[in-house]
Formats: sequence, C-alpha cells, structure tokens
Amino acid sequence: MKFLFILLIFSTSFPLWARGTYQEPTEFLAETFQNNVPKASVIWLSGEVRKDVSEILTHKPNGLRVRYWVKDKKSAWILEEIGKTEPITIGFVINNNEIIQTKVLIFRESRGSEIRHDFFTRQFSNAKLTTENKLDRTIDGITGATLSVRALTRLSRVALYLNNQRLTKNDTP
Amino acid sequence: MRYLNLPTLAITAALSLPIVANASEADLQKQINELKARLDVTTEVIESSASTNKSTGGSKVQIGGYGEMHYNNLNGKGGAADKTEMDFHRFVLFFGYEFSDTIRFFSEVEIEHALASSSASGEVELEQAYIEFDINKQHRVKAGVFLIPVGIINETHEPNTFYGVERNPVEKNIIPSTWWEGGTALSGEFAKGWQYDVSLTSGLDLGTTGTTKVRSGRQKVSNAQAKSLMTAARVKWTGVPGLELAATVTHQDDYTQGLGTKNSAQLIETHAVWQKNGFALRALYASWKVDGQTSGYDKQKGYYIEPSYKFTDKVGVFARYNQYDNQAGDSSQNGEKKQTDIGVNYWPHPDVVIKADYQSQDNANNSDQNGFNLGIGYQF
Repeated sequence: MKFLFILLIFSTSFPLWARGTYQEPTEFLAETFQNNVPKASVIWLSGEVRKDVSEILTHKPNGLRVRYWVKDKKSAWILEEIGKTEPITIGFVINNNEIIQTKVLIFRESRGSEIRHDFFTRQFSNAKLTTENKLDRTIDGITGATLSVRALTRLSRVALYLNNQRLTKNDTP
Repeated sequence: MRYLNLPTLAITAALSLPIVANASEADLQKQINELKARLDVTTEVIESSASTNKSTGGSKVQIGGYGEMHYNNLNGKGGAADKTEMDFHRFVLFFGYEFSDTIRFFSEVEIEHALASSSASGEVELEQAYIEFDINKQHRVKAGVFLIPVGIINETHEPNTFYGVERNPVEKNIIPSTWWEGGTALSGEFAKGWQYDVSLTSGLDLGTTGTTKVRSGRQKVSNAQAKSLMTAARVKWTGVPGLELAATVTHQDDYTQGLGTKNSAQLIETHAVWQKNGFALRALYASWKVDGQTSGYDKQKGYYIEPSYKFTDKVGVFARYNQYDNQAGDSSQNGEKKQTDIGVNYWPHPDVVIKADYQSQDNANNSDQNGFNLGIGYQF
C-alpha cells in the first residue's frame, strides 16, 4: 500500500492526462491562427467525396459535412473518429498539402491514450497524401493502442484528402 | 402509426418555401439565401440526430465482439494423436455501459468450441465483467472479473491482432493465457510513456498432488477458493512509437488454498514488442517458481521469439520459435516442448483476417503433432 501511495503522489505531479480534454477545440483554433480565427467554411461529404472518405475510414462518415478554417495557405481541421468504443477528437493543421500539426484534443477511450504524446504525433509531421489517398510514410503503432492509432491515421488521411478537395472545389463558406 | 421525426419535419419545412413564378433576380437571390439558411438548420438537425443515434456518444451501451474458426490438420507421431478438426474455437461478445463520464462497466462473454454440454468440450465463460472508476485523469480503479495484466496476448487477443491460427503455446501453457481472476486493480500512468497495473485477486488452486501444471490451476472465478489471494504488478513502457517493454510479477502465498502444506507460487514475465515499418518482433519470457511441487513441476517456464513482416496493409508473414517446459525443475522428466511455426495472415479488412500456418514440433518425449492450420477471424 505504501508503494501505491507513493506512486499516486509521484504521478499526480506530472502534467499528463489519460482520459479527457487536453485542449478545447476553440483554444486549438485560437492558437493555430494567433487569436484571429477566420470564419468557418464547410465541405460537403457527398458524391465522390463521400465515397472516398468512406473508403479511407472503412465506414460511412457520420456527418453530412465537415467544417474547416483557412487563412492564407494554412487550414485547420477538427475531426472525430471512434477508436474502440468512443470518439477521439483530433485537430490537424495543414500547410502546402502537408500536415504541420497533429493534436489529440479530446480522448474518451479507456485504453490507447499514448497516441496523444508528442513522441507519437510527430510521426505525422510533413506527412502528405499519395495518389491512392494513403500517407506517404508508415506510422509505427503502439501495442495495445492499435485501434486508437488506426483512428488517428485514418483521420490524418481524411484531413489531407479534404484539404485537397477544398483546393480543387473551392466550397462556399 | 408512424410519426414524423424532427429531421423529416425540418426537411419538409425547408422545402415548403413558396416558389414565385415571376420573381425578380433580387427575389430569387433572397430565396436562395433563405433556402441556404434553412438547409444549414436542416443539416444541423440531421447531424445532431445522427450523433445521438450512433452506438457511442449518444447511447451509453456499447456492443462488440470477436470470433475465430480453425481447421487443424496435424499428424501425430510418437504416441501423439492425429488431429483433423474443424472448430469454431471462440465466439465472444462484449457489452459495455457508461454510467457516467467516470464510471463504466465492461464485460466479455465467450463460447468456446461452439457447444457447451456435459458431453462436449465447449465452455461458456465470463472472462470479464467489471466496473471501472476514474480516480482522476491519470488513475483508475476497477473491481470485478478482469484479465490479469501479463504477457502480450492475455489482454489483447482478437484474432486480427496476432499471427498464427492458434495462440502461441508458451503464453497458453506457461502464463497461462487467457487468465482472468476476480478482484480489484489500480491502473494508470506515472510518467510520459510509463504505465502501471497492480491487482489483488483470486488466485490459482493447484491442489495438493504436487504435480500440477499452472494452467490447470485456473479457477475461472467460478466458486473460486479464495483463502489465498494473488497480487500482480506490471510496469509497461511505450515511450517510443512501435516499441513496448513490459514486466509482470505475481505472487500467491498458498496455491493449495489451505487444503495442503502452505506453498507459494511466483511468476516473472517480461516481453518486448518492436514494430518498425512492416517489420515486427515479439519476444517473451515467463517463468514460474512453484514451491513444494515434485517431478519438475516446481519450475515451469518458456519463451518465444516471433519476427514478422507485413508486405502491405493486407498481407504479412511470420515465423515463431517456441520453447516451454511445465516440468523444468527436473530435466529427466522430458517435459521440454519445442515448436516452430511459419505462416501468413491476409487481412481483406483491418478487422477481418484469414490465416494459414505450418507447425513443426520437436518435443523431448518424441511425441509430436506436425501439420498445417487454417483460420478465419474477425472483430467489431
């Protein structure tokens, strides 16, 4: 019991969280755009876009559209995907068709929270999409967090894909 | 009688905007803007409805499962039986319920070998059924029936997550997986990339014969003798993507549960998992010290090493060398088992797998089963 007590005291001194909100989506956007957040735009998940997103996710998307924020060449995307049983909310920032930031904003699963750490998310830095809508690199997983890793990887592909779509289709705000 | 739901009403309202035949351009633009506004409202209502109807988020109940069917075609020699069988080895359903953001229930019910009756080898098992409470954002505690935090496959054993039709024989016969007990456990993180689990649970009942394999001592929390409880502790490090290092120790004061001479049992297990690009390596070592047993059963140990390579998201190959001995305390007992497996996994979907492998045994007692296995598995 003494060991447990020491462990609890020791661990509560670390700034880490397993489940919960790491950063509010509004704070993520404010940080991304230096407190000058542009008006949200939307891209509709219909037709070919819906089909391609379904292929990436391996299931139909829940929503009908996705909001995004764009300023100059930088776009921000806040997406959700279920890991094992609960949705994980992740923020991506894309510049010049490359991911420049990946941040787990809200993690609700019991297992797999290691994906929030920098040592994992930095694998997505400068990741691009291939012509087959796959990442241009292999993402090394975390044992026991397979489903969370898979969810994050899928969402990174969706963000890059939708960013390409917005550049080609110029959706209305 | 069917009632119109909210999305339907919203769509009906949106489409009810009157079209004016000879409208001016300004009127048309006004109508377009109004339609766009109504479309936004309609979309929000539909999306809101969808989010409250999906299996997570809106509903507090979660359902999942996995299963695997095997075909074994093995030739026995040296007294070992031939085995040519088709078996739906495991059919598992998960049920979970979120009481609140910090209290949840999780369960796993398994049917083994398709048919459970007095004349069949199958079993219906409750492998997990616990309530988990978040203490804070770093730590959680659970109570009920749960999997012991040990080894690679004891807690993560859905068929699409490992190579080989059958689970590796070392974790099966030494750890012994799948191993679950009833009790309480504290889990969490104590530094970046570091996790811990400590548990106090029911333990093994190895009886008083002094010649029992640890696997035979599992009580499966079925009117389990609980005079002597078991403690387990695991530390796991996943601080580098693709790498897991972990070690578990368990201790039980009296594995006879008060029915014989008091004797203790301890397990030490350690493993490493490394994944880099398509390459992966799993290595595990486990060793039991079971005081007071005879005929070599006082020491039961084993290890395996499994390199694998995934050519694409869909195809991977592996080889595995397994060595274990449930009578390692006495080499004259010829209890040492060696098995080499090679095979292939094909994933038509990340959650569906088709497997084939070949196994070759070289056991000390010369009683071997060699041949091939086929399997199909899934999880959802």
